[in-house]
Amino acid sequence: MSDPLRWVGASVRRREDPRLLAGRGRFVDDIVLPGMLHAQFVRATTAHARITAVDLSEVLAVPGVVAAFTADDLDLDDITAQLDRPRNEFVPTAMPVLARDRVRYVGEPIAIVIARDPYAVEDGLEAAVVEYEDLEPVVSDTAALAPGAPLVHDEAPANTLVDVSLFATEGIDDVFADAHTVVRVQTKTGRQNALPLETRGVVADWDDRDEQLRVQTCTQVPHMVRTVLAQCAGLQERQVRVIVPDMGGGFGQKCVVGREEIAAAAAALTLRRPVKWIEDRRDALTASFLAREQRYDVRAAFDAEGHILALDADVVCDMGAYSCYPFTAGIEPLMASAEMPGVYQVPSYRVRGRAITTNKAPTAPYRGVSRPQYVMVMERIMEKAARALGLDAVEVRRRNVITQFPYTGINNITYDPGSYRESLDLCEQVLRDEGWFERRAAENIGIGFSCFSERTGYGSGAFAQRKMAVVPGFDISEVRMDTSGALVVTTGTMSHGQSHETTMAQIVADRLGVPIEKIRIHQGDTDRVTYGFGSFASRSITIGGSAVAAAAVKLGDTLQEIAAHLLDADVDACQLDGEGGVRAGDRRLSFVEIADVAYLKAHLLPKGVEPGLSATASFDVPGDGTFSNATHGVVVELDPGTGGVEILRYVCVEDCGVAINPQVVEGQCRGGIAQGIAGALFEQVTYDENGQPLAPSFMEYKVPTAAEIPDVRIEHLETPCAFTESGAKGAGEGGTIGAPAAVLNAVNDALRHTGTELDDTPIARESIFHALEGK
Amino acid sequence: MKPAAFTYHRARSVAGAVELLVELGDDAKLIAGGQSLVAMMNFRLARPEHLIDIARVPGLDHITRDGDMLRIGALTTHHAVEAAELGRDFAVLSRAMGWIGHLPIRTRGTIGGSLAHADATAEWCLLAVLLEASIEVEGPSGRRSIAAEDFFLGLFTTALEPDEMVVEIVFPRPAPRAALTEYAERRGDFAIVAAAVDLDTDRVVLGGVGPVPQVVRGNQGQDPDFRARSDRYHAGLVTTLVGRARAEAAR
Amino acid sequence: MTEIQLVELHVNGERHDIAIEPRRTLVDVLRHDLGLTGTHVGCEHGICGACTVLVDGAPARACLMFAVQAEYADIRTVESLAEPDGTLNDLQQCFSARHGLQCGFCTPGFLMLAEGYLAERPDASKEEIREVVASNLCRCTGYQTIVEAIDDCAIQRRTRT
Repeated sequence: MSDPLRWVGASVRRREDPRLLAGRGRFVDDIVLPGMLHAQFVRATTAHARITAVDLSEVLAVPGVVAAFTADDLDLDDITAQLDRPRNEFVPTAMPVLARDRVRYVGEPIAIVIARDPYAVEDGLEAAVVEYEDLEPVVSDTAALAPGAPLVHDEAPANTLVDVSLFATEGIDDVFADAHTVVRVQTKTGRQNALPLETRGVVADWDDRDEQLRVQTCTQVPHMVRTVLAQCAGLQERQVRVIVPDMGGGFGQKCVVGREEIAAAAAALTLRRPVKWIEDRRDALTASFLAREQRYDVRAAFDAEGHILALDADVVCDMGAYSCYPFTAGIEPLMASAEMPGVYQVPSYRVRGRAITTNKAPTAPYRGVSRPQYVMVMERIMEKAARALGLDAVEVRRRNVITQFPYTGINNITYDPGSYRESLDLCEQVLRDEGWFERRAAENIGIGFSCFSERTGYGSGAFAQRKMAVVPGFDISEVRMDTSGALVVTTGTMSHGQSHETTMAQIVADRLGVPIEKIRIHQGDTDRVTYGFGSFASRSITIGGSAVAAAAVKLGDTLQEIAAHLLDADVDACQLDGEGGVRAGDRRLSFVEIADVAYLKAHLLPKGVEPGLSATASFDVPGDGTFSNATHGVVVELDPGTGGVEILRYVCVEDCGVAINPQVVEGQCRGGIAQGIAGALFEQVTYDENGQPLAPSFMEYKVPTAAEIPDVRIEHLETPCAFTESGAKGAGEGGTIGAPAAVLNAVNDALRHTGTELDDTPIARESIFHALEGK
Repeated sequence: MKPAAFTYHRARSVAGAVELLVELGDDAKLIAGGQSLVAMMNFRLARPEHLIDIARVPGLDHITRDGDMLRIGALTTHHAVEAAELGRDFAVLSRAMGWIGHLPIRTRGTIGGSLAHADATAEWCLLAVLLEASIEVEGPSGRRSIAAEDFFLGLFTTALEPDEMVVEIVFPRPAPRAALTEYAERRGDFAIVAAAVDLDTDRVVLGGVGPVPQVVRGNQGQDPDFRARSDRYHAGLVTTLVGRARAEAAR
Repeated sequence: MTEIQLVELHVNGERHDIAIEPRRTLVDVLRHDLGLTGTHVGCEHGICGACTVLVDGAPARACLMFAVQAEYADIRTVESLAEPDGTLNDLQQCFSARHGLQCGFCTPGFLMLAEGYLAERPDASKEEIREVVASNLCRCTGYQTIVEAIDDCAIQRRTRT
């Protein structure tokens, strides 16, 4: 190939755009099947109780209602996520598809009601009678851990689902005792909702012809849904086909298996009629999967020159009522514990990470998973150390950041090459060149940074270290060419806004020299795709993209082999010409001519070459994976009259290796940053003392708008990954990870004259107001 | 989030709407733009058995200068006021509209609906009290005027009888030196605190600090009664916003 | 059984006579009775704006209207923007060029918001556009490219005329 990277690296227009812009996408609620019924759920109205009676008789009398089922009626196995850890480290908890004898959060599904239309089904819900014997609710991590606290799960003492103590470098206490300076960060981060704008939903129907339960559901993990549904309903996996239509975002909330999608599918199976469930916004805000409510108490020891000597962390994550499948309640504490030292050279480390269960809606991985929090802690530590030592905070980071790669940290993780120091320098330089350091001289203006890396493309080795019973990691891709030379490519990843129909096609286009218009990506269909773990943890381009590339290369080899035979040339003399053909010297065969032989004149094929043109390849990430990195710089101005925060400037210097499509990468950065700002300044899921949700609408759950989210200047650095097929690293989560720390640091910098430091998020305007009062 | 069933009625005139209100009693509710009501119905927090649509009643969407007075029909949308050329005398009304939700809410929501809904932070409620507007209502026994200060009785509660509807709002005199400002964490949200001032009358009206718009005469919210009822943050916001509203009004 | 009402709707230039419960919201009727699924449902309380359509030319929340209220009004949805052969209009092209959409769920709402706004304010500045873009929620883009796309379109339209 003369120009090996023709498509990769170009900001080509997205394949997804025309249909989405014309209103011709197909989202799950757009699907209509003949005779389709509509489901909603009778949900718990109390946070913690024994169910003493469920009476649905009046429900069935409501006009339009067709059926109503309790747990007993559907008789499904529970969903139980597992870690291969001893009982003192992990307590598995069964999550019933419908609550049986006990409810553990407001909104927990108890019964499914099915009616002819979405209005009648809500009439039906109102007629359900559930009687409870209330139990004392546990609504905070501190209450959960208090001696004698009521138990959310009887099998989990001290309401603790995960409790791991890791690393504990020998002599760490002496390091603290002898250190020049010790700083401490105590912080609590608010519970958040990943908040895809499309809520969860499913359309399920039994197909007698295929003898299959067909489940069209908006999930990031179609094969996981298939496995769980087959297990719960006692079906063979073959009897379940999960198809994912266009998806209106996910951000992690849809990368776990939801109880409602299983229940709706089971109802369709029972009724032998199509059943649709579309989650409404109130349920999405109160009863779906949440994330991010964590408490940190972290000490860090420094020498007089600002070198970090030791880190001692206690991390408590409030995971709500249940472990999510497949990740378990360990997802947040295990991520934080394993990765906290991050971009810094930390010689001694000790961490205890706990997952606590409470009577709140359960949690799922949310874009960034713990990294927004622990990065915030580490970046606060750098700022606090700089203040304590009278040093510049960026300089303190410079003295600690990893610069020699590969680097194996105290956390036993090997970091592949990145541009940590370079991104920090460039980000500071950009803000300096734009004159922000002069403007900072004004009171109430502050500049904050965050410097971080994120492991992307966790292979099976990395997930196995977490001791997950289900070990995601690899991906399989098939590339098939038809007689017109067009390609269909399967991937086990699942785009839900990340543009994979475009970027995966770009990768294949370069490997085979075929324009992307001739390449169609197939994803999200368990019958079409051999196997896949879906999209989460910034794995799609690193792992899925590598599998796609490997399969394309393999198909290219076959094309060359056939061409060599037909041209009577040596295989080594044959080359893909980058223009849809194979060339041997001055002779050339187009792919169409080769395909003609492969399918329609198979007698001309060389010996040993099977008819047809397809290739399958898999990819798994070796070792500890690859680390993307970035530095964010933020300038804020505080309003002493209101405590308000205005972001005056946002700069992001990012390095995700080779960017397949730079415009898409920038989109991921900007969108991620918006979500990070949301966590730092706006969004919080709150409950009253009885566990009743206090943010059931967008009036209370304040998703920021264009008036709050600033434009972002993005600068790219490129440290290619040595072992992904295109040199790409993941880009999906970085924005969200870096923003809370940078914003919080900027606010604290603006408060530098007040003596107040704010370490919790979302940052209360009232606290800013009081800090500035009278200053 | 689907509303409970109701019977729909479309009124063709004020008299017709009032007749329906009389006939259907407490089970009926008027709907104009519906920008608050439909949301509440979708949550089933409101579930009227009868909905009387008055949006097509003719003659209620005027903005008319009448000597010193400005008369605005109850069905006039926020956006119509926002886009109207009211001159310096009533520019405060156009400018204040920007604080009401967002454009697609303002194109449907009406001044009459906003007053009848009586949210204590709603801009029209503050403006009506600030500018001592009279709210013209019509019922089975005819038309009457209610002074804005007497109109709001409590949280979402007004002096409107169940069989009356708002037909017009009359602003009695020009307010060239008046302004309304607000603070919310997010654009378009209901204000945490809203402040409206008229320098010519030395009136200050606050939203967000009580169940109805609060009149605080001339002292920037330093009224000891008021301060005792508020926490320090809200009191601080009042001071800030009254100051800002004064500055804007003086421009 | 609940009452059924005959309603005459005019959507994208086409007249529809439908028999519906009056409680059906405009967005549900557009999507499920008329099959115009381009308009999306995001919150059903008027804040996210995914259901924004044009009612007599003005952007409005189709979740905060009952379809009966929209009788005889001129309703336009996202399906009216592209040519029948799929050719995107200038605003849609600008969204694609600027990467103003990712998952695409909020996009029809932003398109109709922008169409309605630019029709009324063709001279809108970028800052005014940003203010109007704040009417709707997007969870993917961070809004910058949506603002840029609409601004590009406004500039192009001004240059053309």
